[in-house]
Amino acid sequence: MSLHPVPKLKESPSQTAGPYVHIGMTPNFCGITGVIDADPGSNMLSPEVKGERIVIAGRVIDGAGTPVTDAVLEIWQADAQGGLVAPMSPHSNSTPAFTGWGRQPTRADGSFSFETIKPGRVEGPDGKPMAPHVSLWIVARGINIGLQTRLYFADEAEANQEDYVLNKIMDPRRRDTLIARREEGAIPRYVLDIHLQGDRETVFFDI
Amino acid sequence: MSGIILPGADGLLFQRDRAWHPPADTPGYKSTTFRSPRHSLLALGPTRSEMTGPSFGHEQLGALDNDLIRNFSQDGTEAIGQRLIVYGQVLDENARPVPHTLVEYWQANAGGRYRHKKEGYLAALDPNFGGFGRSITDENGFYHFRTVKPGAYPWPNGGNDWRPAHIHFSVFGHAFAQRLITQMYFEGDPMIWQCPIVGTVPDKSAIDQLIARLDRHNTTPMDALAYRFDIVLRGRRSTMFENKLEGN
Repeated sequence: MSLHPVPKLKESPSQTAGPYVHIGMTPNFCGITGVIDADPGSNMLSPEVKGERIVIAGRVIDGAGTPVTDAVLEIWQADAQGGLVAPMSPHSNSTPAFTGWGRQPTRADGSFSFETIKPGRVEGPDGKPMAPHVSLWIVARGINIGLQTRLYFADEAEANQEDYVLNKIMDPRRRDTLIARREEGAIPRYVLDIHLQGDRETVFFDI
Repeated sequence: MSGIILPGADGLLFQRDRAWHPPADTPGYKSTTFRSPRHSLLALGPTRSEMTGPSFGHEQLGALDNDLIRNFSQDGTEAIGQRLIVYGQVLDENARPVPHTLVEYWQANAGGRYRHKKEGYLAALDPNFGGFGRSITDENGFYHFRTVKPGAYPWPNGGNDWRPAHIHFSVFGHAFAQRLITQMYFEGDPMIWQCPIVGTVPDKSAIDQLIARLDRHNTTPMDALAYRFDIVLRGRRSTMFENKLEGN
């Protein structure tokens, strides 16, 4: 095996998740009950999870300004210490308190909401810590290949200034499409709308 | 815990060949018109955040999670339709198996109707068919499930478009950047080549990759036909973790 092997196979081409992605990915949410206890990724927290409790919320909006009511969003993030719970051994019984993964449907008004913790900083490819962020993945009818992006936190302005990824976005207005505003409350809420198209189109990544 | 795959200089994923995937805006599939980003994607090599990904334990699956013929049935009655075994191997672009990864699938019933409140097709609901299931791949990357063959159905794209029989698949892999949703079609179905969603994929040989093969050797006699559907996820460049489950 050489250091840089040429791919032998091609990745399976993506297809849209279709209008009924909720059947397969959040069945209880769409009324298919009794098969699995809880929709995967619906609960990210348990009392043992360390870190600041937050809510991440927003809406998904299409190019006509219409809420996208049939999407599924997944997040993947570090724990409060900046650790990513990478593959567990299949033979291990030690499930970590915080898996770092969440999945939520959009609702009738296009809104989504995750109850999670504020992530810590993860080392970037340049060896410097990236600003706290949550990786986001969005699928729905009309999205031919899942959209990858990130959510950053408005109250991390200093860290955001020097973030490896944010600094690849030249236009500051576009950079702002990834930064969630903070709303105070018993549990702080970070709010970010995802615009698939239009003046405020979210920056999506080719990772 | 088996630890994190470190993104070293050579440890990154192969770049996604976007010409092999459907472009975002495909006018033949009208739903993309307002849902396709217009700006170029930000080119970003995966960082540690995308080189890692969630994992799932076998203990999270129920005994019937991969049996769509029975998993929704209330009284032990079985779903109606042509009985199938669907199986295959999840591989990466290096042709290495992707073990211990979650594969989810959902589909219409034998009449072509989904169990969903927004479903507009008049075909009958099957009270014993829910339409979704899941598996975790074994040591060699294989998954399998039992189901009934989904029916074709009309949809409001053109005046009279029909979707060929298909099953939706969601696959995780071991990195968040490997995340993939696709659809499986059935060998020999002439409707594949008339479908606007299939037609979003530009290359005919790429479409061919989404067509499951009838496998007469793995049928269950007097019970179920078998179809084989292999799924390929993005591969890694590195050879650093050759002997580890999650490596390369």
